[in-house]
Parts: sequence; C-alpha cells; structure tokens
Amino acid sequence: MNLDPVTLAVVHNGLRAIASEMDLAHEKASFSPIIAESFDRANGIYHRDNGEVIAQGDRGLPTFVGVMQFTTEAVIERRRDIQPGDVVIVNDPYVGGTHLMDVKMVMPFYYHDRLWCYLTNSGHWPDTGGMVPGGFATNATEIEQEGLRLPPVKLYRQDQLDRDVLDIILSNIHVPGERIGDIEAQVGALRVGARQLTQMLDRYGAELVDAAVDELRDRSERLMRSHIEAIPDGTYSFESLMDNDGVDDKPLRVHLDLTVRGSDLIFDLSKSSPPCRGPLNSVWAITRSAIYIAMKHVFPEVPINSGCFRPLHIPKPTGTFLYAEYPRAVSGCAAEVSQRLIEVVFGALGQAIPDQIVAAPFSCSGNFSLGGYDPELERHYVMINFSGGGYGASIDTDGLSNAAASIGVSKSMPVEMIEERYPLLFEEYALRADSGGPGKRRGGFGVSYRARLLRGEGVASFLMEHGKYQPHGLAGAGGGVLNEVLIQRNGKTEQLELISKGSGIRLAPGDRVTVRTPGGGGFGDPRRRERELVARDLRRGYISLDSARRHYGWTD
Amino acid sequence: MPDSRGAAAPHMLVGVDVGGTFTDLISLDPATGGLRVAKVPTTSRDQSVGFMSGLEALELPIPAIDALVHGTTAGTNAILERKGAVCGLITTRGFRDSLELGRRTRPQLYGMVGVFEPLVAREFRLEVTERVDAQGRVVEKLNENEVAEAIRKLVEMGAETLLIHFIHSYANPVHEERCFEIAQALWPNRYITLGSRILREIREFERGTAAALNGYIQPVVGRYIERLSTGLKSHGLHNDLMVMQGNGGMMSARVVEDHAVHTVMSEPAAGAIAAAATGRQAGLPDLIGCDMGGTSFDVTLIRGGQPAISAEKDLDYAIPVRVPMIDIHSIGAGGGSIARVDRAGMLRVGPQSAGAYPGSICYGRGGEEPTVTDANLALGRVNAAAITGVSGPADVARVRAAIEAKIGKPLGLGAEDAAEAIVTVANHQMAAAVRLVSIERGYDPRDFAVFAFGGAGPLHAVAIARELSIPKVLVPRFPGITSALGCVIADVRHDFVRYVNRALDDMNAVETDAMFAEQRRQGEALLKSEAVATTAVDFVHEVDVLFQGQVHLFRIPVASPGFDATAVHADFVQRYDRRFNIRLDGMRASVASLRTTVLGRRRPLDLAMLTGAQSSARADAGEAGARRRVRFGAAWLDTPVLRREALKPDQSIPGPAIVEQLDTTVLIDPQSTGKVDRLGNIIITVS
Repeated sequence: MNLDPVTLAVVHNGLRAIASEMDLAHEKASFSPIIAESFDRANGIYHRDNGEVIAQGDRGLPTFVGVMQFTTEAVIERRRDIQPGDVVIVNDPYVGGTHLMDVKMVMPFYYHDRLWCYLTNSGHWPDTGGMVPGGFATNATEIEQEGLRLPPVKLYRQDQLDRDVLDIILSNIHVPGERIGDIEAQVGALRVGARQLTQMLDRYGAELVDAAVDELRDRSERLMRSHIEAIPDGTYSFESLMDNDGVDDKPLRVHLDLTVRGSDLIFDLSKSSPPCRGPLNSVWAITRSAIYIAMKHVFPEVPINSGCFRPLHIPKPTGTFLYAEYPRAVSGCAAEVSQRLIEVVFGALGQAIPDQIVAAPFSCSGNFSLGGYDPELERHYVMINFSGGGYGASIDTDGLSNAAASIGVSKSMPVEMIEERYPLLFEEYALRADSGGPGKRRGGFGVSYRARLLRGEGVASFLMEHGKYQPHGLAGAGGGVLNEVLIQRNGKTEQLELISKGSGIRLAPGDRVTVRTPGGGGFGDPRRRERELVARDLRRGYISLDSARRHYGWTD
Repeated sequence: MPDSRGAAAPHMLVGVDVGGTFTDLISLDPATGGLRVAKVPTTSRDQSVGFMSGLEALELPIPAIDALVHGTTAGTNAILERKGAVCGLITTRGFRDSLELGRRTRPQLYGMVGVFEPLVAREFRLEVTERVDAQGRVVEKLNENEVAEAIRKLVEMGAETLLIHFIHSYANPVHEERCFEIAQALWPNRYITLGSRILREIREFERGTAAALNGYIQPVVGRYIERLSTGLKSHGLHNDLMVMQGNGGMMSARVVEDHAVHTVMSEPAAGAIAAAATGRQAGLPDLIGCDMGGTSFDVTLIRGGQPAISAEKDLDYAIPVRVPMIDIHSIGAGGGSIARVDRAGMLRVGPQSAGAYPGSICYGRGGEEPTVTDANLALGRVNAAAITGVSGPADVARVRAAIEAKIGKPLGLGAEDAAEAIVTVANHQMAAAVRLVSIERGYDPRDFAVFAFGGAGPLHAVAIARELSIPKVLVPRFPGITSALGCVIADVRHDFVRYVNRALDDMNAVETDAMFAEQRRQGEALLKSEAVATTAVDFVHEVDVLFQGQVHLFRIPVASPGFDATAVHADFVQRYDRRFNIRLDGMRASVASLRTTVLGRRRPLDLAMLTGAQSSARADAGEAGARRRVRFGAAWLDTPVLRREALKPDQSIPGPAIVEQLDTTVLIDPQSTGKVDRLGNIIITVS
C-alpha cells in the first residue's frame, strides 16, 4: 500500500489522540484519587496478533509504557475464547502485571466483525485487599498477603457485566464502596476508544490504517536504531545495591552488563541477586518496562510503539529477583525496583555517552503510610504519602529539586491537604540542603519534613530506598545524599531497623516522624564549578560552608 | 499628539491591546457609530511608547475619550522572562521552601533535565514563629518581634516588595492580617501582598505562588500603568485609565497595583470576551474561539455567550496561576511554527516557532526554516504583496525553494505538495487540540461554531471545522484586533473565592448566605474605590461541588440569600448524570469553595458599528475584481480575491474565495459558502 506522508502523520497523531482521549475519560470519572489526582493510569491500543503497542496516551503514566503490551499478550494467550463485547479484568503480577493495585482491563475491538486490535488500560485502585490497606505490606513474603489476585477473567461477557465476578472482587477488598465507580470509569474509557477508532477506520479504511501502523512501527525502530548506532560498541557494566527487601537485612544487587552492538542493545541482568523473601521482587513486565522507560528518558523524541523497543534485547533474568515467579511478594517492584533499574541503565550508558546522560536521580518513592482512627473527625483513615527528591545533574544543568519519580509524573499532596484529612501537623517541610551530589553541575535536592501525630494511635509503615547506598554521580562528581527516616517517640530518636523500610510502627500522639529524601548525583569535578555558582549556593543556603570547602575547594 | 483645547465632551470608547508584535487600537463613538482601528508595532522595552503612538494614529483628541481600556502583557512578560521585582517573603516557620519545592514534578513526561528559578530567591525567604491548623485554630501565636526583625532584614537586603504567606491562612487569615499591620508601619512602600487576600484557597504552593506572582510584577505593572496614567492625564484624559484582567473583566488603574496578578493572561481573555459578545449578537452563543497568531493557537470554549472561567493555568513550568481566569488552552501552533522532517522521516510542524525575528522565510529577515505562513504563501493563500508587518513583496521563489529542499525532498514531494502537507498536518494538530479541549470540559465540538481570529485563524478555520464536523465558522469583522475590541466591551469584574470543604448537607442557609454576603461586601467596596461609571451592578454566586472521594468539580450557580442545599444537590446529580451517564444518588456531595463574581455593567454596544469602520493604518493592498491562483487539495483554482471593506451585508461569497483585509486573510474553500451578516461578520457554512 502506498502511504503518503500526510496520511502517515495524520494517522500517527490520530491514534495518539484516541489514546489520550481514553486517558481523559478514565481520569475524569474515576473515584480513586490516585487516578484522578495523581494520574496513575494509562490507556493504549495494542496489536491483534501479539499485543504489541500501537499507541499510548500522552497523559499516561510512564511506568505502563511497556507493561500493558505484556498484559495484552498474556490475555491473548490465555483467553482464546474472547468475543465481541467482552472485557477481561486482570491484576496478576505474573501475567503481564505490576503490583496487585494496578488493575488492568482488556477489550477486543472489532471492526466490521473482524478483530482489529485490543484496547487496554490500567488504573491504580487504592485497595485490592491484603494484610494492609493500600497494599504496600513491607513485610509480606508471599503474594496472598498482598491482596486479591485476579487472573484474566471476563468482567463483561458480550456487554453484560458478570455480577458474580464483581461480587467476588468487592467481597475481598477493604473499601468496596467507590470501586464500582472506578470500574465504570475504566470500562467507559475503553468504549470511548472503540468509538473513536471506528470513526477513524471508517474514514481512512482499515487496510490503510493497518499499513500506517506497520510503517510507523518501522520508522520508530529506525529512529531508535539511529540513536543506538551513535553509541560506541562495547560492553558497559554497572552495579547498584538496594538496601534490603524489607524482611532480610541484606543488600540486593542490580547488575547490568549492557552490550552495544551496532544498532542493538543487549541488557544482561543475570548477575543480579537471587529472588528475595520480602516484597522487592520485580515481575518480568516491570523489569522490561523499566528499561524501556530509561531509554525513552534518554531519547525522548522517539515515538512510543513496539518498533522503538525492537532494538532492545533483554534476556530473561531467570533465577534473579528481577524475574519474580509465584508466590514471590512484589509490592515494592513498581516504585522502588523499577526506578533503580532506570538508574542502572543511566549508569551503564553514562560510561558510553556521558554527555547525553544524567547522573542518578533520587530513585525512592518516599512511601510513608499511616493508618489509624482520628477521634476528632471520628473516622478511620489510611494515608499513603509519596515524596520527591533530587534529579541527577547533566553536563550543562544542575539537577531539579523535589522532582517526580522517574517512572511517574504524579504530584505530591500539599501539606495543607494532608493536615486537613489526617491528624498530622508538619513542623517542617523544607529543601534538604547539602543533599545534592557535589559536581561541576550539582545534583538536585531532596526534601526534609518532620510531622507530629496529633490525635489517636497510628500505625506507620515505610517503603523507601537509597538509605544505605547513594545515587551515583557521573564524570567525577559525588553522589546524592542517603535517604533517612527517623522515629521520635518515648523520648528517643531512632532509625528504622531496616533503615529505609518498616511496617507496623506504633505511634502515639506527640510522636514525630522525620523523612529526608535523597538528592541526585552530580556531574563533573566539583572543583571546576564556577565560583559565582558556589557563592550563590552558599548565599542561598543550598550548601553549607563546610561542604563548600570540602567538596568545592572553597576558600573564603 | 492632537490638541486638547476645544475638544468635544468626553464620549469616545477606546481599547488598546499590546500584543507581542503589534499594538492594536480601536475607537468607537457610541453616538454616531463612528469607528476607527489602528495597528502599530509594539515597543517591548516600554510599551507606553507604542501605546501613545497608536493613539496618535487614531487621530483622536484624548480629551474626547470617555473610557480608555488597556490590555497589557507587561506583567506576563516580566514573569516569563524572570524580570520582576526583588521580593522578600515572610512565612510560617519550617515552610520557607514550599515556593521552591513545588509539587514533585518535572517539565516533560520524558527526559529528566530541566531548570527552575524560583520567583523569590531563597535568601529572601524568612520564617517567623506562628501556626494555624487546618481547622483555622491558632496553634502557636504570631511572634510579632520576629516579624519586625524579618521586615528590617528584608529591607536591609534590598527587597522591593513584601509577601506574607502563612500555612492555612485560607482557613484563618488572622496572622497574615496582623503581620500586614506591622508591615504597614515598617515597609518603605505600598508593595505588600497577602496570600489569603490574593487567593483564599487551600494548597500552600499554589496560593503562595499566586501571591508571589502578584508581588513579583506589582512594581513593574504598577509603575507602567502609573506612568501611562500620568501621561494620559496630562494630555487631558478625564477618567481613570482602565486595565484588562485575565478573568475577562477590567479594573480601574487605581487598584491595579494591589491586583497585579490579575493582569496575567489578560490579552487572550479580552479576545474571548469580544468573541462571546460577537457570538451573542450574531445568534451563535456557543463558540469555540480559535485564536491563531504567530507562535500559538489558543482555544476557548464559550457556552451560552459566556467564556468558561477556570483556575488551572500554568504560566510556565512550576508557575501555576490559580486566580480565576478565562479558560484558555494554548498549543505551539501558529503562522510561525516551523515545519521539519525528523530522523524517522516524519513531517512535524511546531511547537518550535520562528517568532517575529527572524520569522518566516517570507519576512525576508534571515529566517531559513519553512513555516506554516511560508506554506500558505506557496499555496497562493496569502498575498505575497501584503504580508502583515513586512514592507514590500515577499520572495515567493525563495520560499518555494526552501520548502522543496527541506520538506519536499526528504518526503519525495514537490514544493507545492510539501506546502500542502505542512498546512494539512498543522490543521490536524489544531483540530485535535480543539477536540481534546472540548471533550475535557465535557462538550462535543459539533455543538459549537468556530470563532476564527488572530492574524492566521481565518486562514485555517474552515479546515479545522471540517475536520471536526463543525458546521459553521464565524469570522468577525476585525479578527486581528479582537483583543482590543474586547477591551471596549468588557465589564468591570472581580472574582472572590473562598475554600470551605464541607459536606453539602452540612451547609446551612444562614451561615452560607453570610459568607456570600461577605464576598459581596468586598466586591462592593472594591467597585466603590474604583469609581468607574457603570449602568448596573450584578452579583453571581456559585459553589464548586464534588462527590466525596472524587476530584472532578462541578461549578453550580446558586441563589443567595436563600441558599438551598437540597436544590444544589439535585442540580449537581443531574449535571453529573448528563456528563458521565452515571446517576450517583447515594453518594455524599461536598462543597469545595464558594465563589462570588461582581460585575459592574457597562452600556452594551451594538457591534453593527464595526461595519462602518475606517482604518487609519496604511492603505489596503489589492484592487476590486482581483483574482489569483490558489491551491485547494491537489488543484490550483482561479480564485476571486475580495476586499473585506467592500463586502455588503447579506452578500453571499461562494467558495473558492479569498477575502483580504489589513489584519488577516479569510480562506473559503470550494465546498463552503460565506455570507456577510448585519454586523459585518462572515458566517461560513462548511459542508
């Protein structure tokens, strides 16, 4: 088929616009604040043969970039009985999933009675049951403790909701009330996609759009290959240690041997640590998706479709914690392990093309959860709070401070809203001075906050990282400063036993929690930083005099 | 400057809109219907120079002016270029960094580099002991000695304006107000901004940033307006100069200093006001405003003759402006948008723009990258002899050669096909933006007409409408000076918002009516201090309602006094059902905020006046009966070129046709027909 460049551009933009419209429909009607406020959802269009991604919404969370094509692929394999009007629901981490809270729906889309593609979306539900509300049990050792696991089952059969399946779901979660609203929002978004796609195929014809999809995939591949070809051939190794798995206090090794060969990249993770007991195991979909996100951060202008992933080869890291199998606990993989994988890709590429790579970002979700009863508002509450941290510096810019996780773009909650909803009072919420890695270009700063429990008993848990091993600097610069969690109670100030993770920590009114998130790594020799910038950083209190002298060779 | 002696009694209405490239002016004589327009270059270093020379071009004695309304970009530009005042901040102990930390974001979805320069440098942010909790209770008393000490320190450091921003001040502003009293005695000038007075809403970063923006541009906007006012007074202007706001209303120059942040985005807002008024009078009250200029394409939804107001705008990365403004969505697509073929062989248009300098290739100022304007020129759609703002004819051969080399060759197309491709891709991008904006706000674009304005809007509007199955396009009499017209039409307007966050069924009538009455009192006091002549004062009360647990707000008009929570609930459930097709009768509703808008009405104008306009700028190019070859789709058609000022009411204009006027070119394709209405608008029916 002969495709003119205008049709190609128009179909390309059109497919993305359809997916974006699905994102919009999804977020506006959702009840889950994690979807509506933090945009923890994604929608896309997937190939009828193999589930490969055709287009994803511009507003979707990066972490789902790769994941949903694996979900769709798994559904195609397992549900050979799919029919028009069916919607399959699935959150099984081992079946193209992430953590249990990300609930996916897959709907076949038929055009003139022929299967044309799958429409798939994912939304983070605040709760899918399990031993703690919210699903982040840092001491879980098997999946059953983390919540309800749904294999690919039909929630709708030929446009009819299966009430039995719905009842099973609602009977197994902590707060069922608003979930029906979330389900309707999610299915509604898929239907919006179907309606828009029908219009597009009516207009351009299925054959032409098919041809455009193939052409766009090939072009994305060519574009990605042209970038890879510019990277010098060779094998670049990088290793980073994670603090622990939340259960056993020993580090987890993420080891990458990255081989550049012509226009192909091979990501060998086989030297990483074996599976762990705690919830830090990473499912195969997340491991691959993290590598895709890393490459998209490095070459942002390559359009997302399966073509851009073709030059990226990732042998299954079987026997490591990066290839989790049943019944391993996995709730820490989506936030913590995926961010660390991105960091490790940056670390390896930093040896090959340092001028185009940033130093390590803070890579820590800052997940601080608190549950309890508020006697004043007379209600039970569950707070899940995430924090930002510093980005790594690049060859010509300092890192951003309090930036978003590399896998997401969700905003943090304002202190005023936290205090309005939960019995906490923040005594400080500040830029964490001296936390950015020293360099010619300095790492960005983390945040530092201290909050006091005002009323009622509370139970706190923490799921964080980089409490023992720093985010790395690049080109001779220093790393970002470590994450810190301090608990102040009974007249004592203590660290968590596992430093960055802990569950079931009882707090009484007046007790305090201090969290200090990591800064990003620096770039280049700090002694070559311009004097006026060091002077400015000193004047603003970004760095202390001691640090200026020690790292930047400052003399008064 | 015209002589002021012996002039007639003040009666003229004048709007002056300073845009990025041009300063547009319009003057109206309501008694005779006389109207003049002028376009002069903007003087960016001091906008008042262009302002005065524009007035001169209107050839109007200043003492004859009754109302002079000004839309200025002085404040917006100062923010974007970070050329505002040195601000000092006094804030709650422990929170001096909230303005710098923001909300954990990054500038783009992919790519982890970015730069953020806070509006207030860290050393100028000082903390004092005080604390109020989320319920508005004082937890720790304000330490007044620390306040005095902080003020002294900031003065000594050279801070020019003072910001006072405390945690939870929206719930109880007592400490901010006390701090203000102390500061009034010690601060060397009038530049003091309180967070709770600028925006009484929850979210410390957003409220603090709104206050910081006010303080940051207060001296810039204040001095500019004062200088201008003084100059105009000395030339005999009777009444106070008035200034446009981002909410589409205006305010008196004498209060502009305290409300500087409200001038942000006032230029596009004025355009939306003119669009709405034109639509109302033309019988098309539901419009999608499509304003296409040199660098951006701005979309505004107008329902029932009223532009939507929102507070969602981010002016720049991590610079939210949460004061109520007309809801305008901007994408990087304009006449100056650069076309290129990327490494994958895909044609891309924008968001990079050639800007005014060097600009498009056809400007002949050294621009080498083909733009949308260049493509329009190569297709014969714009007149090579009359490119706005350029003297002399454009070098069409050079433009064609560049398009062929940079776009055609890599795509395997000739110059003309390549030019057509650029325009088509740009049109699709704009159509997609219009669609997303409508859908996001819960509307179907097919229920609207396109209101085409800006210098490039009328060239592209028919194609955008066709792409979206929108049946009608309205091209106003003066698409290129719509914002100046908006200045003449706008009412005086002030918006008050108060965050309450209460369950709807807990809101009793007495208490709620009292809060609305308080907002009304504030509005009345402000109107009084402005001393602008108005024909009537209207109050509009609204509540922002949502289901508990959701985030998506519905704004619902309410009666007060006589607030009725039950009626509000019924209205809300119905609106929700209409929007999402879900009836949620059982869910509990909450009120996030109470809103009051006070409107000082000005005498309505009959826009039919615009038909009798005289242009004081250079003579319009072209002659009657002219034709030229224009490309539509794959064919070159011999196309009549009409002069806008020669069109008569009720005249029908079958496509293909080009209508040229000083400020724009209107393109009517072969499948469409235009018709001139009583107001001089061209209403194009898109088949």
